[in-house]
Amino acid sequence: MSRAATLREWLVADTPTSRRQARLGRLYLQWLAFRGNWLAVAGLAVSVLFTVVAIAAPLLATHDPAAQNLDIRLRPPNAVHWFGTDELGRDIYSRIVYGTRITLGMVVAVVILVAPFGLVVGCAAGYIGGWFDRIVMRITDIFMAFPRLILALAFVAALGPGIENGVIAIALTAWPAYARLSRAETLAIRGSDFIAAARLQGASTTRLIFSHVAPLCLSSVIVRVTLDMSGIILTAAGLGFLGLGATPPSPEWGAMISTGRRFILEQWWVATMPGIAIFVASLGFNLLGDGLRDVLDPKQT
Amino acid sequence: MRRARLASFGGWLVTLPLTLLGLLLVTFLIGRVMPIDPVIAIVGDRAPAELYERVRLELGLDRPLYEQFFRYCAAILSGNFGRSVMTSRPVLEDITRFFPATLELATIATILGVVAGVPAGVLAAVRQGGKIDQLIRFLTLIGHSVPVFVLGLVGLLVFYAKLHLVPGPGRINVAFDDIVTPVTGMLLLDAAFQGEWEVFRDAVGHILLPAGVLAYFSLAYIARMTRAFMLEQLRQEYITTARVKGMSEMRVVWRHAFGNITVPLITVIALSYAGLLEGSVLTETIFSWPGLGQYLTVSLLNADMNAVLGATLVVGIVYLGLNLVCDLIYRLVDPRTR
Repeated sequence: MSRAATLREWLVADTPTSRRQARLGRLYLQWLAFRGNWLAVAGLAVSVLFTVVAIAAPLLATHDPAAQNLDIRLRPPNAVHWFGTDELGRDIYSRIVYGTRITLGMVVAVVILVAPFGLVVGCAAGYIGGWFDRIVMRITDIFMAFPRLILALAFVAALGPGIENGVIAIALTAWPAYARLSRAETLAIRGSDFIAAARLQGASTTRLIFSHVAPLCLSSVIVRVTLDMSGIILTAAGLGFLGLGATPPSPEWGAMISTGRRFILEQWWVATMPGIAIFVASLGFNLLGDGLRDVLDPKQT
Repeated sequence: MRRARLASFGGWLVTLPLTLLGLLLVTFLIGRVMPIDPVIAIVGDRAPAELYERVRLELGLDRPLYEQFFRYCAAILSGNFGRSVMTSRPVLEDITRFFPATLELATIATILGVVAGVPAGVLAAVRQGGKIDQLIRFLTLIGHSVPVFVLGLVGLLVFYAKLHLVPGPGRINVAFDDIVTPVTGMLLLDAAFQGEWEVFRDAVGHILLPAGVLAYFSLAYIARMTRAFMLEQLRQEYITTARVKGMSEMRVVWRHAFGNITVPLITVIALSYAGLLEGSVLTETIFSWPGLGQYLTVSLLNADMNAVLGATLVVGIVYLGLNLVCDLIYRLVDPRTR
């Protein structure tokens, strides 16, 4: 037999001989389950494509996204300008390609700010309990009492428009959900024997939280992150649309729709093309998130 | 059980004011970190130094932060949200003028969402894997992925510009302006009470598309949750028992299974109602709908902080209120609490 077959046998072995083998084997089985769900695989493909486009934007764009040419303004989609041109004669396809950088950048920035913070705060609240838990949960209650976009709007109003402020505003509204999630997971495992054993061995609270509790909450946080990504994309686009996120002339999708809106009745492509881009990107992350949830967290479906 | 419920109600009495205080703290702090000087916003940037100083003292900006916060709370609780720079009216007056339009829109959207979403969700659960089930899952997926403003624009493009089925943006035709005296502020109700049926018909035409767009999102959410709740119930053994006893399928599904999901379903409907407040910000911008959402965004773009914070606070309070109402309905509907 080929080497692949032996690798497969090694991965699915009933009696793994090392920690690494057990871990990889589990990952392999999860991958098999994930692969069986074609919608999830499609979601993965879209998400990967989206990332590749963002990285390779200069190679994929056919025009300079900022180059204006008033002679060819508002042209419908054609062989040269695949998605048509906007009111300043800029190539919409190239702008959408560069726009992936802004959108993905905002999503990644929000996730990096929010997920670790929410995870640690939630685990600490769940593990320590008592007044600390109560205060943290009360704070999350307050943040969750505002609809997300409206709180983000108020923050942006105070901080001023712009991509960075948009990221901060979205992050401020996104962290409570992660804290809640991690806290719930922590409550379920804090009474386990292995935690008690580690404590008896003299592990400090910090050590228990960071190396015993938090890693176990990670898989649900990852699922939540993927499902949240489409929400972040939509909120970022909403901010851009209202003129409070990325501001023109930057090729942010929401801002592009906002300008294209003026021409929607005659030149539908100016607003519709970035709209489709937002839809496809967020659909991809949704499908990926659903698939990951089925694999990593079967009890929630 | 009963004691637990009482305790949770007592908990509400404590946590509600605390959360409210937190809301105030958040809006207060947002107002503090803004780069716009509130004094300059009032006196202009060329005002003499004495005038600037006087207004600064009047606003209490020389006091320590906690005292300012205390004054802010006292002002809000007595209904003083400050004056809007843009409309030069008290913010609370503005909000009471604009809020009914949003309420009208969100209510109609929720009604449409419930009427279509609940039966659809139940049917999908009963015929799991069938055509309706797949349709619901498809609709939900789209509902989670498409931005509300894109759907609104496409709706305008198709139904207004191409098919001429609905009138354009706005709440009512200009010709009908000021015919109906606002009593509730909700145009449909006012027109109906005053017997102005032509106005009523025009208003219905105008609300159809924006409410339909919002209803789609609430339908997708409500149908998905109904489906999930129903599936969980239909798996239970009491359902099998009921079927074995020879009960009609209709009765099993609607009386037994559905009867048991009403309580969580109420929360879902309330949540989706509250969520429409958020969706209305973007929808109102698209449809030039003169509601709270448009008031909020226009104030934002004009850096009118009193108006922004007032509107944000009102939305937060409505959110809290809906949660409370939900909790109270639980007590009424759920027989286990009696």
